[in-house]
Amino acid sequence: MRHAAGRYRRRAPGQPRAVGYLYVLPALALYGVFLLFPLGQTVWLSLLHWDGLTVATWAGTDNYQALLTDPSLRGPFLHALALLFFYAALPVALGLLLASALSRFRVRGMTFFRTVFFLPQVLAMVVVGVTWRSILGPDGLLNDSLRAVGLGSLARSWLGDYTWALPAVGTIGTWVETGLCVVLFLAGIQRIPRELYEAARMDGAGPLREFFAVTLPALRAETAVALTLTIVAGLRNFDLIYITTGGGPGNATSVPAYEVYHRAFETNEVGSAAAMGVGLTVLIFVLTVSVARLVEGRNR
Amino acid sequence: MTGRLERSATYGILALFAVISLTPVIGILSTAFGRPSSQAAGFSLPDGLNWANFAEAWTRGHFGSYLTNSVLVAAVVVTATAVLAVLAAYAFGVMHFPGSSVLFYLFVIGLTLPQEALVVPLYFDLRYWQLTDTYWALILPQTAQSLAFGVFWMRTYFRNSPRSVIEAARIDGASSWTTLWRVLVPMGRPALSTMVVIVFMWTWNEFLMALVMVSDEAHRTVPLGLAFFQGQHSSDTALLAAASVLIALPVVVVYVALQRRFIEGMLTGAVKE
Repeated sequence: MRHAAGRYRRRAPGQPRAVGYLYVLPALALYGVFLLFPLGQTVWLSLLHWDGLTVATWAGTDNYQALLTDPSLRGPFLHALALLFFYAALPVALGLLLASALSRFRVRGMTFFRTVFFLPQVLAMVVVGVTWRSILGPDGLLNDSLRAVGLGSLARSWLGDYTWALPAVGTIGTWVETGLCVVLFLAGIQRIPRELYEAARMDGAGPLREFFAVTLPALRAETAVALTLTIVAGLRNFDLIYITTGGGPGNATSVPAYEVYHRAFETNEVGSAAAMGVGLTVLIFVLTVSVARLVEGRNR
Repeated sequence: MTGRLERSATYGILALFAVISLTPVIGILSTAFGRPSSQAAGFSLPDGLNWANFAEAWTRGHFGSYLTNSVLVAAVVVTATAVLAVLAAYAFGVMHFPGSSVLFYLFVIGLTLPQEALVVPLYFDLRYWQLTDTYWALILPQTAQSLAFGVFWMRTYFRNSPRSVIEAARIDGASSWTTLWRVLVPMGRPALSTMVVIVFMWTWNEFLMALVMVSDEAHRTVPLGLAFFQGQHSSDTALLAAASVLIALPVVVVYVALQRRFIEGMLTGAVKE
């Protein structure tokens, strides 16, 4: 028996090698036709001038140059980066704050809080958008509350205001993503050995020192995960923009994800839309890799 | 050594954040049960439980047929993803063949790839194949995108499943096919159900692809239905709220029942190794 098992292991898992391909093939075929192939096509389309109807002409890098120079194409990228403050930076900071407050003793009802905090993640963005449109509308919950406390002069149509529309959309993002960060950090904090906190307290560390000396370094991996998830979610937010503002007022809340749709299917600038899609993909890739690098680098 | 004050402050902060998380959810719920056709734009407090809004959303808003479409699409996507992902992940997890890691990383690419990078050519491809305005246009791209997560998630399960079990099955003369379906899949039911639930949620909530691929009303899924409904009846807050509840309910029920596994899967699934 032992002999058989030993010989078996040496032959790898005792399979003719080709069998592996047969198992992978069905998934790969579907994935290839409906994901990898279109991905290549997007790159190809981004090199063309095409309105979706007539014959396309070669554009070379025109569409990409426009991304950098045309304000109506550059704007959406700047908006997306501004939104990342609300979608990523703020939720991660709030998440760290909350989680560290919870690390100091055993909290009752943790399952309840975790379930509630994470709830916004499972709602369809369309539902989130419809709900928040009603909260932020002229007669919505926010304005009603402002009027109730005598701040009625601040009331406005938040999503229709040139200055406030982008922060308003951002606030929705903060609402969606904060719970995700809290839940992640709570899971991480449970893995920190209690002795570290006890030692820190013996040395006379207050809550603040405890946070910077113990909690924050121990949560480095979770911070990277939280940043990656929130950045990707923040840059992929087509649904929310479509439902709440449609990129408006003017172009105040236009983001690349929305602009791809708008250009390809509403203004018939397919090549430009494809370049936008490629640009967005590159941006997501660069940001997530940078987050990973940053965290690993400090680790050494 | 934590003081009483600190404890109350902590619970205070927790309660505050819970209220912030729940207010929009409770607001939409209470509006859904509020007076039908109320013209108030904001949330309203119900004066009882008015089920009439749901009935009206079901019939006048056509959410009955949208829900049928969503159930159909989700069922096919989830089943196809589960079967194809299990097969591929099994090979990636326990077999060694040349190029396996390259092929696996091709699947991992799909985890962070935005849909916006695919939607434009997919629309023209599917239109060329005369598949727009069919269920296939909703099912095929969604399955392909779900496979990225499915293959990644199930491969982790197969890699961590005990070698001894696989070897024992082989020594008993089981083929790789039998080992997979008779031994590993039954053992891996927890991992499998986490994947099923998450793919279900993504498919159910999916919006952009559905918006682009479907222009006729007959194939609309629920998120699409809500978006169009809002466009036409944005003043009918109670009905909008009722429709929102109808859309969110299936996912929320599953989430509350399985929250631990659900959260774990979503956090792990979206991150590369």
